[in-house]
Amino acid sequence: MTNHWIDVKNADVVLIMGANPAENHPIAFRWILRAKDNGAKIICVDPRFTRSASKADIYAPLRPGTDIAFLGGMIRHILEKKLYHEESVRNYTNASYLVSPDFRMPGDLNGLFSGYDAKKRAYDPKSWAFQKDADEKVKKDPTLKDPHCVFQLMRKHYSRYTPEMVSSITGTPKETLLKVYETYGSTGKPDRAGTELYAMGWTQHTVGTQNIRAMTIIQMLLGNMGVAGGGINALRGESNVQGSTDHGLLFHLLPGYLPVPSAELPTLEKYIEKYTPKTKDPASANWWGNRNKYITSYLKAIYGAKATKENDFGYAWLPKTDPGMNASWLMIFDGMSRGKYKGFFAWGQNPACSGTNAGKVRKALSTLDWMVTVNLFDNETASFWKGPGVDPAKVKTEVFFLPAAASFEKEGSITNSSRMGQWRTAAIRPLGQSKPDAEIMNDLFFKIRALYAKDGGVTPDPLMNLTWNYGFKRADGTVRSVDVHAVAKEINGYFLDNVEEKPKPGQPAPTEKKLIGKKGELAAGFAQLQADGTTSCGNWLYCQSYNEKGNMMARRVKKDPTGLGLFPEWAWAWPVNRRILYNRASVDLSGKPYNVKKAVIYWNANAVLPDGKLGKWEGDVPDGPWPPMGDEKEGRKPYIMRADGVAAIFGPGLKDGPFPEHYEPLECPLQENLMSKQRTNPASKMFSDGGLPEDVYASCDTRYPYVATTYRVTEHWQTGVLSRNVPWLLELQPRQFVEMGLDLAKEKKIKNGDTVEVSSARGKIEAVAVVTPRFRPFKVAGSTVHGVGLPWCFGWFTPGVGDSANLLTPTAGDANTMIPETKAFMVNITAKG
Amino acid sequence: MALSRREFFKTSGAGLAAGLLGFSLDPVEAKAQEFSLRYAKETTTICPYCAVGCGMIVHTLGGNLINVEGDPDHPISEGSLCPKGSSILQLRDNKARVTKPLYRAPGAKEWKTVDWDWALDEISKKVKKTRDATFVATSKIKVKEKIGDKEVEKEVEAVVNRTMGIAHVGSAALDNEECYLLQKFLRGLGLVAIEHQARI
Repeated sequence: MTNHWIDVKNADVVLIMGANPAENHPIAFRWILRAKDNGAKIICVDPRFTRSASKADIYAPLRPGTDIAFLGGMIRHILEKKLYHEESVRNYTNASYLVSPDFRMPGDLNGLFSGYDAKKRAYDPKSWAFQKDADEKVKKDPTLKDPHCVFQLMRKHYSRYTPEMVSSITGTPKETLLKVYETYGSTGKPDRAGTELYAMGWTQHTVGTQNIRAMTIIQMLLGNMGVAGGGINALRGESNVQGSTDHGLLFHLLPGYLPVPSAELPTLEKYIEKYTPKTKDPASANWWGNRNKYITSYLKAIYGAKATKENDFGYAWLPKTDPGMNASWLMIFDGMSRGKYKGFFAWGQNPACSGTNAGKVRKALSTLDWMVTVNLFDNETASFWKGPGVDPAKVKTEVFFLPAAASFEKEGSITNSSRMGQWRTAAIRPLGQSKPDAEIMNDLFFKIRALYAKDGGVTPDPLMNLTWNYGFKRADGTVRSVDVHAVAKEINGYFLDNVEEKPKPGQPAPTEKKLIGKKGELAAGFAQLQADGTTSCGNWLYCQSYNEKGNMMARRVKKDPTGLGLFPEWAWAWPVNRRILYNRASVDLSGKPYNVKKAVIYWNANAVLPDGKLGKWEGDVPDGPWPPMGDEKEGRKPYIMRADGVAAIFGPGLKDGPFPEHYEPLECPLQENLMSKQRTNPASKMFSDGGLPEDVYASCDTRYPYVATTYRVTEHWQTGVLSRNVPWLLELQPRQFVEMGLDLAKEKKIKNGDTVEVSSARGKIEAVAVVTPRFRPFKVAGSTVHGVGLPWCFGWFTPGVGDSANLLTPTAGDANTMIPETKAFMVNITAKG
Repeated sequence: MALSRREFFKTSGAGLAAGLLGFSLDPVEAKAQEFSLRYAKETTTICPYCAVGCGMIVHTLGGNLINVEGDPDHPISEGSLCPKGSSILQLRDNKARVTKPLYRAPGAKEWKTVDWDWALDEISKKVKKTRDATFVATSKIKVKEKIGDKEVEKEVEAVVNRTMGIAHVGSAALDNEECYLLQKFLRGLGLVAIEHQARI
């Protein structure tokens, strides 16, 4: 979330699209209702009339996978009716930038942007570049009138998204579309705010990234970024999926969103050169210019004294990918299917149910020599060798199940969707012999290391050189029990030496030496981190979370000085306790809030600082201390993580086009994309030519005529391992069902409560029919399309509940993130006697 | 008098009800006197399910978890919990919890209970064997180099130090400190194929 849960109460319009918070984030839904009590309008856009929809002022149905068409129509409407916040667009986005005259758009190129290579299924983005002058500065047209400027290109691109066109694609009635556009567009007024809440309903598509981009364009146009009651808010589904992402449990990221190094960057210097953006614009803070400090401090955190200037701080020991190598989820299980992996850890995850095309995943597991699973309960992954249709005698995989402690049986922090790290203390010792995950890692680490110490082995240095100083050590050097506080401090970072203040570029060296940190002290914040090895920091984003003032994540002070619900002393949010990101976009060039009544920050020009200087920010922690952008000497642009300091309406860094364009889901009911000749995302990852029988798709196939989507229910969590095993919850929601509309049920002679079979090109499952007006047929391209929906929280391991809905979903990935498309696919339904 | 919301409910509940109901509350009062949480230890925690981050109070007594309720001081959840959060008592009081390490041999039809030490020793041996067998110290890659005005592609042997034969998925349910330790440990082993819930 750019904003945070409580902040939703400050919105004037809440758009729920791609999420169902009443069902999946029920306690946070109070803040949506609080907004409604305050007079806000609630809009819910969903294929199904959900629990969230039941509380909305406007419900708009749409066919699964057509969000970009819906949002593209909204962009058109905002531009046509001049509902945008012009000053914000002009100053805080790249709307004025001029794009290369060679750039062509889907309207002129049959659904493609210029630079497409069909053989590679990839774009060469050369023609997407901005025009630059002799000084390498981007050419701009502040009047926004040049036909090559981003604003005019956007207008031209989305002029094709007329309400009639959008309605025939999405199945949303035209009047409803216009009502949504008008209502949400009203937040373009400076004193009004609109927030957007999304979740997997947007990410799990072959156009997932572009779904979200389309909305961010709308938020930039309406000036809804950085303001109270605004932002673009991903409602995260697991208690610490924010934290696990922040800490780099992904193939392409180290902690703090530092890219995993590629083999083409043989030295730390080359790595820093590649990943440190440069700018000549003095008004751009260009925060990633600090990359060198963060990567060096990370290397010092993990390798300690072994990381020296002379050995490039141990950079060579980090595992590296080959250029272009992708080891993301879909690729792991595809590779596993082909025998690429011998060993596998499934640590607190149940891929045999959560993985798309679960049949492929389950089959892939049987190719392993060994598997380690860590969990509270046995599950479909751990016991795959005795699953439906599997003969255990034929499965040679050795499997280890290590029992983990529950959340309240151990100590540590988790980061919620508001980016807020909250500390938990252990309430009780772990059940039976189960152990906190950290203890399991600790034991494995020392046992493996002992084997290398005793027997030697291949390149042991990367393992042997890791620091592991987490508490009392036995005589043999092993840690008896992990002190979680020591880990939290390592993440925060230390001064490894006395560090003096360095002169600022272009300014004379200070006459008096000033110490910013003493050797052994915890760093106070990431601005103190150094690139010369004198500081360590496991994750720069969490620097400040546990410093000399104490454990900031354990704070429980309930004060709300702004009245906006920021609660700045309740726990701690990254970065540097900022509760609303991009908050410099909420004020004008002089630092005056666009909405004075709900000011997130404001520039207090009369405040006197200790050094005698005038002026400081009040309110939330601003995106950097510099004066507002209008200050000619020291002012900074609001989007500090971008090298040019502004938000990108035009995004040339994406793999599937600089503007979102509507493409059909990989499996869809239409022969053609009504918008262009290009039916599906031309840059999405396909697996159909890989030769595996599990990777089949059935589009416009009469055998699978119904559009399906998946979702969760309040009473279960993810694949259900932590809820199907809770008797109260299983009683509330006891088995797999499929929701379908009245017309479809009548056509298929299915009654509410009947057992039916739901099948796709990849698999089939049994489900109870829930016949309901919550699903209505969509009028698409003049014909009727039926939609159905299935929860994915069940699995064969729990007797009598039915198997996973992911047995039906396809292996296909978003062009940018490789997140699988499980929110739109085609199925058939047959009555079972 | 400063009275917290919970204290208010505790003290006023019985009296308020007695005035309104038309029947005897004696048995209820007797039960209330043996208030089961009286000697329990209170520990605050955060819900392990979704990412709203609701506050909870866990009551333990004599080594048992006896009650879980919403934390009324928590600014987001304000004392409420959803059905999942309200049920975490049953994550503890649960016969299906696996409390000892299990092992399944090749071709076996059932799990076997094993010792922690044995399980961790066996896993360590397998990790080392697979790492040593599939570790790639260098990889031949193509790089572009500028020679004068021209860009030339050439093949080089680059240091990669990675383990090809082991993959990992999980875990969005671990604590931050554990996530950090896990990526450190896995990268120390040379793994590149590290993924978790955030990708799906």
